[in-house]
Amino acid sequence: MSATGQAPAGHVGRALRRKEDPRLITGRGSYVDDINLVGQLWAAWVRSSEAHAKIVSIDTSAAKARKGVHAVYTHADLDMEAGLPMAWVPPGVEVKTPPHWVLADGEVKHVGDPVALIIGSDRYAVVDAMQDVIVEYDPLPVVTDPEKALEPGSPLVHESLGTNKVCDWSLGGGDLEAGFAEADVIVERRVVNHRIAGAAIEPRGVLAEYRGGKLTVWSSTQVPHFLRLFLAMLLGISEERVRVIAPEVGGAFGSKLQIYAEEVGCAWASRKLGRPVKWIETRSEGMMVTHHGRDQIDYVRVGAKRDGTITAWHTKIIADLGAYQMLLTPMIPPLSAFVMCGVYKTPAVHTDVVNVMTNKFPTDAIRGAGRPEATHLIEVVMEQLATELGMDSLELRRKNFIPPFSNGHETPIGIAYDSGNYDAALDKMLEHIDPAAVRREAEGLRSRGVYRGIGFSTYTEICGNAPSRIVGPGGFGLQGGGWESATVRVHASGSATLYTGTSPHGQGHETGFAQIVADRLGIDPSQVEVIHGDTQTGPFGLDTYGSRSLAVGGEAAARTANKVAAKARAIVAHQLEADPDDIELHDGKFSVRGSPDKGMTLAEVAGAAYVPENLPEGMEPGLDEQSFYDPENFVFPFGAHACVVDVDVETGKVEVVRYVAVDDCGPAINPLLIDGQVHGGITHGLGQALFEQIHYNDDGQLVTGTFVDYALPTAAELPSYELDRTETPSPVNSLGVKGVGEAGTIASSAAVTNAVIDALRPLGVNYINMPLTPMRIWEAINQGQGASPEGGPHS
Amino acid sequence: MSSTVNVRLNVNGTEHELDVEPRLLLVHALRDKLGLTGTHVGCDTSNCGACTVHMDGEAVKSCTILAVQADGAEITTIEGLGTEENLHPMQEAFWNNHGLQCGYCTPGMIMSASALLARNPHPTEEEVRHGLEGNLCRCTGYHNIVKSVLDAAEKSSGVGA
Repeated sequence: MSATGQAPAGHVGRALRRKEDPRLITGRGSYVDDINLVGQLWAAWVRSSEAHAKIVSIDTSAAKARKGVHAVYTHADLDMEAGLPMAWVPPGVEVKTPPHWVLADGEVKHVGDPVALIIGSDRYAVVDAMQDVIVEYDPLPVVTDPEKALEPGSPLVHESLGTNKVCDWSLGGGDLEAGFAEADVIVERRVVNHRIAGAAIEPRGVLAEYRGGKLTVWSSTQVPHFLRLFLAMLLGISEERVRVIAPEVGGAFGSKLQIYAEEVGCAWASRKLGRPVKWIETRSEGMMVTHHGRDQIDYVRVGAKRDGTITAWHTKIIADLGAYQMLLTPMIPPLSAFVMCGVYKTPAVHTDVVNVMTNKFPTDAIRGAGRPEATHLIEVVMEQLATELGMDSLELRRKNFIPPFSNGHETPIGIAYDSGNYDAALDKMLEHIDPAAVRREAEGLRSRGVYRGIGFSTYTEICGNAPSRIVGPGGFGLQGGGWESATVRVHASGSATLYTGTSPHGQGHETGFAQIVADRLGIDPSQVEVIHGDTQTGPFGLDTYGSRSLAVGGEAAARTANKVAAKARAIVAHQLEADPDDIELHDGKFSVRGSPDKGMTLAEVAGAAYVPENLPEGMEPGLDEQSFYDPENFVFPFGAHACVVDVDVETGKVEVVRYVAVDDCGPAINPLLIDGQVHGGITHGLGQALFEQIHYNDDGQLVTGTFVDYALPTAAELPSYELDRTETPSPVNSLGVKGVGEAGTIASSAAVTNAVIDALRPLGVNYINMPLTPMRIWEAINQGQGASPEGGPHS
Repeated sequence: MSSTVNVRLNVNGTEHELDVEPRLLLVHALRDKLGLTGTHVGCDTSNCGACTVHMDGEAVKSCTILAVQADGAEITTIEGLGTEENLHPMQEAFWNNHGLQCGYCTPGMIMSASALLARNPHPTEEEVRHGLEGNLCRCTGYHNIVKSVLDAAEKSSGVGA
């Protein structure tokens, strides 16, 4: 299409203020809990206090008798033939999948497993009734440690499956044995990547209304299109009569990429009672029953020659999936394997994944989903290897970097990277921070009892889900791909609406996508309204996750706008009696090349298209186009991060002194939005490394069940970040863009962990696993004492 | 539970008289009784600050105050701070500096930040960071929030507000 070759000028690349913000800063946004319907009832869920137990009896009579209670349901009342879906299965292996009902059937498998659903007149009444539901449990043995869960004789989460192992799955390439045989040095580490929460500040919420044979569901979800499909299937309602709306969504980070019991249950109850039903999650529920992420134990073995050349890399991942498998649960640990080559030309890379069940809530995608785990272990072990070799860790990285490439690099594991220039990103990072100077400062500070360290992380990751030909049956054998849709509708007066199949929840699509469309149509971004998150308004879409929106959905928007522009040029050429190829977009006008004053604005073109008095022969009226774009490949953003920390060796407290991040996500559509994504991403990784942990005790009780115990970072614990970018275009899409929503998280946990280890090395601490809490650091220091060449902290 | 108490609240300059259950939280009175849904709820434990409003000029967490405790008080919510047509300088600063993403913590954050500047018109970055410790944000890493507050402080010195 000729428009593709026309360089868009104007709004793309500019740091425009967001179109979303005026309503949000004035409290006029509309989140699920801000929507109320006439006749609305409220839902509350009675949840298991046991991690594993038989349900002996459930007495709902007192609750039903309570004023304001309309119904109390248990599993026996549910007339649903199937439970919650698991949709992404590791290919080529048998995957043990237990049933996962909306309400527990006879046994509970984790604390929070729902056993009864109460429907009542208001949000206080249903909570009052919860205490009247009497559940008698017969406790069963509990297993919370995935390695113990694999041992013979372990308690079984699902007795009927005969094992806690879900599946083994492997991905690799190159001659691992030969690689280790050539190695002069082999480093092995057990890297623990602990369980965390998404912890979006807006809790989940659902409002379901079944009325006149149609179901409308408002949900705080990332995936309205998936939710519609599964609600239709599970409730037996024909899909065209189900509408899902994701209104304003207050953050998600993967945790709302799910089909939850509460969504299905509220829709079911609304149909049963003929009344709208609303449920708003409390934070304590959210910590317990909104899916968690990470929870891997990674056994890493890397071989290298004395000069630093890496010869082989093997990782065994033991992944704790929790008690059930939800939408993508068993496929998240395999995603680690997809990026296990990192930015290095390692000739042999192999990953074995063991997926295991325990009596905890399921894990699934949380910001980065598999790639933070991989990058963390790669980048932490790289610095361990550097120490072992006595090399500078950046020199070791450079020695092994894949050289710059602009159009494809085949890795040994069958994944082809799109473009990369890892040296350039590292060079740019070193313009901002001088490691030698930091180390000199550290020397000086140490004599005063302050232990300063510097750590790095150079990463690439895989995003832009997903090219069907690579992930689908012809490729890795997963179910389906990840195309995206866009419709651009030009209105008669010359403004436009973009309907995107993506479903943002804070990223700023309404601004960035408007910039893309505006430039192609010669109008201002303020004249482009971006509509998302409503299955009734646009074509089918595949929603927002995995840093896919811009690289797939943005490209779909660009292609659709190009189609509109092509039709506009044909109309203008016809009206001005010129050749369509001579029509160019210039200063907001489609004009004849060489005669800029001879032309038509989009409003004039729209007038001609909708009042079709003089259209080219055979042309349909209207100015409204649609595209479905299926990318040829994933995109692979990359970058180089550095972190400087001070450790107080008396208390074990870590202070992040500086954080420098250079990221490359291709040419910027809106630099403001990129920076925002990177800021938040870095913080999510720092939060995991330093503060956050979902912790269950041995009895399967959730110890970190509120924001009192689950420590999200606050403003007081963080520095301002120092950001820069390099721009290496992706050859995959016409915008040249790569995703950036997860990159910061993927890079940052390793950078800060390496910095802490660097700070503690003089104290004899050579390795430490996250979370780097004061207690864990204090213990490491005190165990390390004596092994240090400089003696202990008090010497 | 069925007995109600009569409370008078002045919210954003308008007098309201409400019959409420004694256990009704101020945030639910604002949201469910008065339809002011700009004030959000993000936790059960007074940690997140999404529900922050001004009560008699002080920033308070409205999930931790009963409506009956606010009897006779003057309350300002995000809706009363400024409108799209007439933004408060703090709202303007958040917009200019990309101080928000999903927007859920934003009303509480803006209410806390404006109260902070009322107490301390020219805070250092350190003071801003500690001053906002009671408000959690998961999207921004606080970088642009801190920048917004410092920007608002700098601009207000010129205006003298």
